[in-house]
Amino acid sequence: MDLNTIWFILVGVLFTGYAMLDGFDLGVGSLHLFTKGDKERRTLLNAIGPVWDGNEVWLVTGGGALFAAFPEVYATVFSGFYDAFMLLLFALIFRAVAIEFRSKQPMRWWRNMWDIGFALGSVLAAILIGVAMGNIVWGIPLDHNHEYTGNFLTLLHPYSLFLGVTTLALFAMHGNIYLIMKTEGELQAKLRRWVKFTIPAFIICFLLFGISTPWVCPHIHDVALDRFVPLGITFTIALLCVFNIPREVHKGREFRAFLSSCGAMLFLMATFAISVYPNMVFSTPYIQNSLNIYNGSSTDKTLGFMLIVAIIGVPIVITYTACVYYIFRGKVELTDESY
Amino acid sequence: MDVEILSRIQFAFTVAFHFLFPPMTIGLGLNLVIMSALWLKTRDPLYHNMARFWTKVFGLIFAIGVATGIVMEFEFGTNWATYSRFVGDVFGSPLAIEGIYAFFLESGFLAILLFGWNKVGPKTHFFATCMVSLGAHFSAIWILVANSWMQTPAGFHLAKMVKVTSDGVQHPYSTALEPGTFTLKEIALPEDYIVQAGDLDSIRAVVTDFWAMCLNPSTLDRLAHTVIACWITGTFVVISISAYYLLRKRHIPFAKASMKIGLTVATIALLLQLWSADSTARGVADNQPVKLAAIEGLAESTTEAPLGVAGWVTWKKDEEGNIIGINENAFKIKGLLSILVSGDFTDPVAASQTEVKGLNQLPSDEFLLKRHPDATPEELKKIRPEYWPNVPIVFQTYHIMIALWGVMIGLAILGVVLWKTGKLWDIDWTLGGKIKPVKLFLWALVFAVLAPQIANQAGWYTAEIGRQPWVVYNILKTSEALSEAVKAGQVLFSLIMFMLIYALLFAVFIYTLNSKIQHGPSDDISGKELPEKWKILSLKGGRQTTSAIKE
Repeated sequence: MDLNTIWFILVGVLFTGYAMLDGFDLGVGSLHLFTKGDKERRTLLNAIGPVWDGNEVWLVTGGGALFAAFPEVYATVFSGFYDAFMLLLFALIFRAVAIEFRSKQPMRWWRNMWDIGFALGSVLAAILIGVAMGNIVWGIPLDHNHEYTGNFLTLLHPYSLFLGVTTLALFAMHGNIYLIMKTEGELQAKLRRWVKFTIPAFIICFLLFGISTPWVCPHIHDVALDRFVPLGITFTIALLCVFNIPREVHKGREFRAFLSSCGAMLFLMATFAISVYPNMVFSTPYIQNSLNIYNGSSTDKTLGFMLIVAIIGVPIVITYTACVYYIFRGKVELTDESY
Repeated sequence: MDVEILSRIQFAFTVAFHFLFPPMTIGLGLNLVIMSALWLKTRDPLYHNMARFWTKVFGLIFAIGVATGIVMEFEFGTNWATYSRFVGDVFGSPLAIEGIYAFFLESGFLAILLFGWNKVGPKTHFFATCMVSLGAHFSAIWILVANSWMQTPAGFHLAKMVKVTSDGVQHPYSTALEPGTFTLKEIALPEDYIVQAGDLDSIRAVVTDFWAMCLNPSTLDRLAHTVIACWITGTFVVISISAYYLLRKRHIPFAKASMKIGLTVATIALLLQLWSADSTARGVADNQPVKLAAIEGLAESTTEAPLGVAGWVTWKKDEEGNIIGINENAFKIKGLLSILVSGDFTDPVAASQTEVKGLNQLPSDEFLLKRHPDATPEELKKIRPEYWPNVPIVFQTYHIMIALWGVMIGLAILGVVLWKTGKLWDIDWTLGGKIKPVKLFLWALVFAVLAPQIANQAGWYTAEIGRQPWVVYNILKTSEALSEAVKAGQVLFSLIMFMLIYALLFAVFIYTLNSKIQHGPSDDISGKELPEKWKILSLKGGRQTTSAIKE
């Protein structure tokens, strides 16, 4: 395995980490407006209160790793998706400050305003992440210098929008399961009822997406036949994880359901990675202008050095992140320090 | 307006707004470590209340810093894609390292710092406080490594990228070839290679020595200078809010203890800054002489170069409106700049004979001839100002920064004197007249929170505007670094959105900060309010002292 491939996996791991962790934050945000009353909403906010900020760091670090390891890809995607990424930034800013400010004042209009900011920011961020992913799979117009030649509307087509909706459904389900773990009593009962909508909604989207992708994306179709075995394995595991979720929820084992949901994301990302490898951005209609892990990467020297940095750093990060989650395990308690 | 100026304004605006917050958290973080350590040492609940209150302030400021910080990392790609491609091999690494080693550390332990009071014991909490502060300092290190590399690039070479197919034929980088049929090869370019406009699709900056890149000639100076500035900024937040409580006669023991810590840290940091500033400026003289001449408004190379104290610089223009030089009108101290540049304070007379280059000789003819080989001496004179930064602006920002240092050190030393004489706590003290000097002084301290903020911004503008027209000093021009795919309209729209959102954010921030200050810290010093896990420790052999309260 060469350095470029290792970094392809590492960047993938960082973005998968982001999806698993900030995914439930964004999911909680998408469900926020459906709860009633101040206490319920505060419980939702504080379920993610101590961890959302660390979860967002996975995106920041993923972006940094992409910049360091695949600068051409970083430059092409970020400048090409200019309007979409600006909207994503605004959404993430609103989400962050809404969490911070909401409970600082008791006025009703104040709290309602930030509740809306929190929910809209989360929904918009989830959809935009899906749309961006959809365009990476679908392909975007690039010239021979790998410069994006389309505009914002080029990014909005049925396939990418559908993946946006699928991502929202995925995060909403993921957040829903997370919330059941963190709550108790009446609110938990309510959240258990919601799961009957969020899980099927995601499963329908997921199946439609899984079936349609090889047929609507010609370059994926060819690869799907070539790599039938590995793709079949990862996709089957993803499928098993997805169907395990309602089973575990039904048995009242939310933690296992949550792990299944994380597993589904992990194996979906693996399926995605195997089907695009070694490409990172498909160029349509001129497929030869695509960016892959070789023509988009930094030099071996940088990749090698950064690999050492990552090998030392990432285990440390995972260790204390796990400690933090352990310290804040259990049900949400509202105290003076809470949001 | 074109896309270049819009992108520059957007980056400047978003980074300037962001830069209001991290200096406060880095400085407050240091103060939190001191306060928590004092609690562990003395077990005095007063220090616990202090750590509690300042942590709340810290959390609020930190949240805005996080929300606005992610923007910059996106903007390198969104607005400066050509730059990102060109320097990605060098510049991406510090950003990734910052994520792995700084941001995770900060945000992970921040959870314990903010929400862990009832979950962990005091020692774990203190550890978390230290880790958050350490993470904040790490992030300062790596972002300054990245930024300093733009100022004084090192540890890299320029290389032309080509694609080599299996038959050994080299193809231009932009040739479209099937993936897997070629390998990329860098052909190192000579050290004095000058980047041409058409080069940017195939020429890249490539790392040769990672540590030389990190420890480039300006990193250590600029890191020390910025981190000390951050300590000062955070400490003045503590001083300002404490002064306010003293004036309002609220939370007096708390305010006194906070004020003492604040004044001590501020005085030490401000004195350290004098040393750091001297070293930084000498680095600028060595590495970026054009910048030094610009910030001092020095037109002609001279010995006994004067140091400007205050004044103004304007452009000298010919009839067609082209810049041909500067008019400088400032109060100056003769010879001092030469002495400072030489760095030899033992023999000032000899040191004052050090020559300092002026703008009319900078950049050198040799430098210009390499870029404009056919230019006559007359033409060189006309070309030269294109390589100057905006002198009237950087002259002012630089001198504002220095003047504010003077204001701050004056306030800090006066504060320490009043504290040691005990007058600082006697706000109604008069010399007999109606004027209450201590009261006035405390009000000055309340507003002094703005001084380090303005100094930070002014210093940053000096460094960054002083680097122009280059984005990577003497290598790549700012105008060449833009995203090809982005149009002016897109940037205008996002810039307006940023302005609206940040204006709202700032208003809400001030409002919320104010209500936190009005709510104030807990005044309970009986220890009853301590979290359960902390009470045991405070009883078990802890030295109960009330010295801070008695004073």
